[in-house]
Amino acid sequence: MNKWLKVGLILVPVILMSACGSTGAKKGAPVTGGATPPPADSARTSPLDSGSGAGITPLPQTGGMESQAGDPLNDPASPLAKRVIYFDYDSNNIRAEDRATIEAHAQYLAQRGNVKVTLEGHADERGSREYNIALGERRSNAVRDMMSLLGVSAAQVASVSYGEERPAVLGDDESAWRMNRRVEIVYAGQ
Amino acid sequence: MLVISAVSALVLGTNARAALTIEITKGVDSALPIAVVPFGVSGDPLLPVDVAEVVAADLKRSGRFAPLPRQDMLSRPSETAQVNFRDWRLVNVESLVIGRVNRAGAGYTVQFQLFDVFRGVQLAGYSVRSDADGLRRAAHQIADIIYETLTGEPGAFNTRIAYVTVAQLADGSRRYALEVSDADGYDPKAVVNSKQPLMSPSWSADGNRLAYVTFENKRSQIYTQNLLTGQRELLASFVGINGAPAWSPNGRELALTLSKDGNPEIYVMNVASKQLRRVTESLGIDTEPAWAPDGRTLYFTSDRGGSTQIYRVAATGGRPERVTFEGSYNARATVSADGKSLAMINRDNSGDHIAVLNLQSGALKVLTDGRFDESPSFAPNGRMIIYATRTANRRGVLAAVSVDGGVQQRFSAREGDAREPVWSPMRQ
Repeated sequence: MNKWLKVGLILVPVILMSACGSTGAKKGAPVTGGATPPPADSARTSPLDSGSGAGITPLPQTGGMESQAGDPLNDPASPLAKRVIYFDYDSNNIRAEDRATIEAHAQYLAQRGNVKVTLEGHADERGSREYNIALGERRSNAVRDMMSLLGVSAAQVASVSYGEERPAVLGDDESAWRMNRRVEIVYAGQ
Repeated sequence: MLVISAVSALVLGTNARAALTIEITKGVDSALPIAVVPFGVSGDPLLPVDVAEVVAADLKRSGRFAPLPRQDMLSRPSETAQVNFRDWRLVNVESLVIGRVNRAGAGYTVQFQLFDVFRGVQLAGYSVRSDADGLRRAAHQIADIIYETLTGEPGAFNTRIAYVTVAQLADGSRRYALEVSDADGYDPKAVVNSKQPLMSPSWSADGNRLAYVTFENKRSQIYTQNLLTGQRELLASFVGINGAPAWSPNGRELALTLSKDGNPEIYVMNVASKQLRRVTESLGIDTEPAWAPDGRTLYFTSDRGGSTQIYRVAATGGRPERVTFEGSYNARATVSADGKSLAMINRDNSGDHIAVLNLQSGALKVLTDGRFDESPSFAPNGRMIIYATRTANRRGVLAAVSVDGGVQQRFSAREGDAREPVWSPMRQ
């Protein structure tokens, strides 16, 4: 964690500079929308996509040595392949075993100021629906806050809670519930 | 008066759906024996609606009446002169309803009379006008008059319910709809369809508009929608949660939950000016505001004290006061029309149930025994509570229970899940 924190702090000024041409998140403005620039991810997509704003150049990727294989986002062996963080009942505490996953995503994002993610918070079906919306937001905000500490720009991360409305697994016992108490890290354009 | 049912066909996204059928799962022993004789028809004998059947079904569904089966009727009068009270005393009927439907221009006039069989006197007699499509509504109005005459309380048959349905498609995607039907489940119409979740419908006091939450733009937003015109208006689209809309009794304000300032708090929005007033301030979750009928108090769900409980606060803001103390989890309160009781989700070891809290005595009564009962909503006469429950095979269905727990109904026989029912106000 400390290592990534340092990396994050060093990268912050670079990100701020490279992000200045894009629109920042404003209160009251839609967080996601049709105009989200596609991520500079695969080899097939031009990283200088005209939709991504003025003069944003993606930073070199850390996984540069294996760049023939493409974006580490698409590497099933990469820690980035894990996109779901699970939570205990009525809790938004990030479990120790999930920290490395969030750190990997934070590092990836911190190095690519034009890549955006939506953190989708979810809850299990117990309790009222609007309370679960609030609980899902607590979870997505917990992941967002950790990413922010690791140097990810606020403009890159949107947080949305679906509460219990979009369960990953149907079922009315703990085996289903634990799969539904989650935050999904969704990369724009994926 | 019957314009609403005719115009509702214009509502946005309207399509015809299979009606919900209502099954009475528990009735009271003391149900009043009543006979609703098939109504006479003047002129055209082929009516689209069997008015007496709708009236009898309404009364039966309340659990407080036991309508006599037609095959047990010894005579079928439709005018006073044809009534022989002995025919009804013989089969132990205490109240008798007769009537006649007359063509009147493009519509109908429905006249009916209610008799006390043992005293042999008329208790009520009215003529109800209806347009061509309004016979069911006329029948509900008649049932309301009979109910009120015999019980002393207003009926709530001539009302509607709004609820959310979800269909799981073969490709794994879901289709959400916000539907409105008559209170007897008849004539359901989708007023909004979406591939993304729809949530938390709330009726305006005049029954002409719904506020609800949609995720159609991949984030929560609150819209209001006029049911007569289908016109929609975006009311809240702030960063974070836009949730739990609740229309104020005077129709001018909407209480809602916003997390734009960090965490979920209760706000009140002036519907016309969109001006916001923040009501709560805590580090915890504050959500699910519900208005007291005087419009001066808001009840809401909060975990500010550690466990999730119901609190109340002045609608202008101030220091909230905890209201529920029994149970580890109480949420989603709704207030009865007389302001004297709250219905809510109450949790015990066996799951989430619907409970009613008497605000004067503090007594809590658990009414249901499902594991996932939620979203209670009072009938406007305060007599029944509609809520969402689950069948044994996990299907979401609507159910209703009387506030004393004595009568239970289930709305069933349709595909997909139904949830989040809200009972409309009385029709004006």
